[in-house]
Amino acid sequence: MTLTLFFIQLLNGLQLGMMLFLMAAGLTLVFGIMNFINLAHGSLYMMGAYFAALAYGVTDSFFLSLLAAVLGMFVLAVLLDRIALAHLYRRDHLDQVLATFGLILFANGAVRLFWGSAPLYMEAPDWLSQSVSVMGINYPTYRIAIIVVGLLVALGLHLLIDRTRVGMLIRAGASNRTMVAALGINIGWLTTFIFALGAALAGLAGAMAGPILSIQPGMGEPILILTLIVIVIGGIGSIRGALLGALVVGVVDTLGRAVLPALLFQLFDPTVAAAVGPAIASVGVYVLMAAVLALKPEGLFPVQHA
Amino acid sequence: MTPTPVTETSVGKALPTPSERPLLTTVTIGLLALVLLAVPVYASMAGDPHVLTISSRILVFALAALGLNIALGFGGMVSMGHSMYLGLGAYLVVLLHTAGVDSGWLQLIAIVAITAVIATAVGWVALRTHGIAFIMITLAFAQLFYYLFVSLKSYGGDEGMRLEQLSDFGVLTGNRTALYYALLACLGAAAYGTYRLVGARFGLVLRASRINERRVSAVGTHALPYRLTAYVLSAMVCAVAGFFLANLTGFVSPAYLEWTVSGELIVMVVLGGVGTIIGPIVGAIGLLLLEEVLKAWTEHWPMVLGPLIILMVLGLRRGLWSMLPVPNHDSADVTQKERP
Repeated sequence: MTLTLFFIQLLNGLQLGMMLFLMAAGLTLVFGIMNFINLAHGSLYMMGAYFAALAYGVTDSFFLSLLAAVLGMFVLAVLLDRIALAHLYRRDHLDQVLATFGLILFANGAVRLFWGSAPLYMEAPDWLSQSVSVMGINYPTYRIAIIVVGLLVALGLHLLIDRTRVGMLIRAGASNRTMVAALGINIGWLTTFIFALGAALAGLAGAMAGPILSIQPGMGEPILILTLIVIVIGGIGSIRGALLGALVVGVVDTLGRAVLPALLFQLFDPTVAAAVGPAIASVGVYVLMAAVLALKPEGLFPVQHA
Repeated sequence: MTPTPVTETSVGKALPTPSERPLLTTVTIGLLALVLLAVPVYASMAGDPHVLTISSRILVFALAALGLNIALGFGGMVSMGHSMYLGLGAYLVVLLHTAGVDSGWLQLIAIVAITAVIATAVGWVALRTHGIAFIMITLAFAQLFYYLFVSLKSYGGDEGMRLEQLSDFGVLTGNRTALYYALLACLGAAAYGTYRLVGARFGLVLRASRINERRVSAVGTHALPYRLTAYVLSAMVCAVAGFFLANLTGFVSPAYLEWTVSGELIVMVVLGGVGTIIGPIVGAIGLLLLEEVLKAWTEHWPMVLGPLIILMVLGLRRGLWSMLPVPNHDSADVTQKERP
């Protein structure tokens, strides 16, 4: 394991972390404010990717397809929230799990029906498909771009939540939604807006995943589960926790896969290392989660309620 | 000062008891048992082994759902990861064969013991959290085991592998009808065991902790050991179901541990009726038969099943079991929200 390889894997980890942050930000807000567990958040990611692929096929422009995914998911989420999900906010978690599980089955089935099971591919524009030199190492520009977009979204969310009136309402809603409603704020539309914002971010993540992963039915579930781990580790309802948790999970998962097997080969004999390596590498992030929970059940960066 | 024991009166009438509807329960169990007992007879008379296979599969999932219901229905622990115990039970059949253990009885004992150890560790970590976090943790643990078995390349990796040797039960090894009746006996025993358990003081504390853990501790009973025990018991029942699943299909695969399986198990429990003894069995039969019908009708069956599940959640809040007429029905809503 050379230092160069380590550095590249670190960047890959950051890139995965940024994707996870885009997913986790929306999900954690919905958890924090509506106390709603949305297992179908991965399906929103998948729909975003398909919307982008659809727009890419029509316009042949990568940026228009990103825009289509974000706007499309925002609108779709508003409809979804008003028609179905708003009925679930006051139900218990069991009902929410089941209903969103049904939604996942439907979404995967619908995608398979309209687009087929074969994976779709998208291509990034030329100027993003090259590589740049970062501290003497060639690294794909596109992955750098994902990291930058993630940071911009984090900054944007920070400004939105801490500096604007809407953000003030969001924070107030997280502490006491009944009181916010009593002050004459339409909390229903506020929650719809938050849900749609989260869906748009998930759609953005899905669309950006297009050029590096294949777009196929069921693509949302693996990232959903990593996102849930991010939220649990970071602390439910906290944007800061989502960002830091996402970076931790992204880096641990990527480095675990790259470094651990190599480390095992140095410590044990090759047959043992070859047998155990992949198993340990793929479960590293789950072990991390179990360790965090055993020590801090509230997560690493829980929300401080005033 | 001696702590006040938890009794039926101290937690009030909010707890639906298993013997709420004695006549209806007896009649339903009788009919259900008759039909289930008659399946192999029908299959051999009609010369249709497929019926026996489907029925055995239904019984496997009924057993697993029954197990899940101990944690989910009576303990209020929404575990989104019980497929891991189903898969664990199945994989242990292969792993124990590799270790030289082929006797079915020894395998069963080993599976139950190993599952108890793993479930205690997982449950201890998971039960430190509540509500949404518990759901996510159990899901993540199930994924951990899913990827663990996927990475076992010598056991078929993500494609799974055929069993080299079914569990050894002497002359009965590989006998489909015997397997079916063994499953049925196991299901009956598990249902009766759950019934006794839930009615006992243990079940009382468990059911009370579902509604309000803080009050349980306020009357001097520490709820966690009870909840953990219920979680472990429920995992053990699921692992036994996994043992049967491996022997039924003669195949193990990471697909048994997929998180959609956990979802389906929850659907079965809720469809039948959360917190009832018969509910999970009725729910397993209902869901799997529905899936068979939908699969025969269209390859896009999940697209139909998904909305049906959503409708079930929105409209059928207490399950099929509770739709049956009840005389003097005065128990509280089973699906009521836990209050902090």
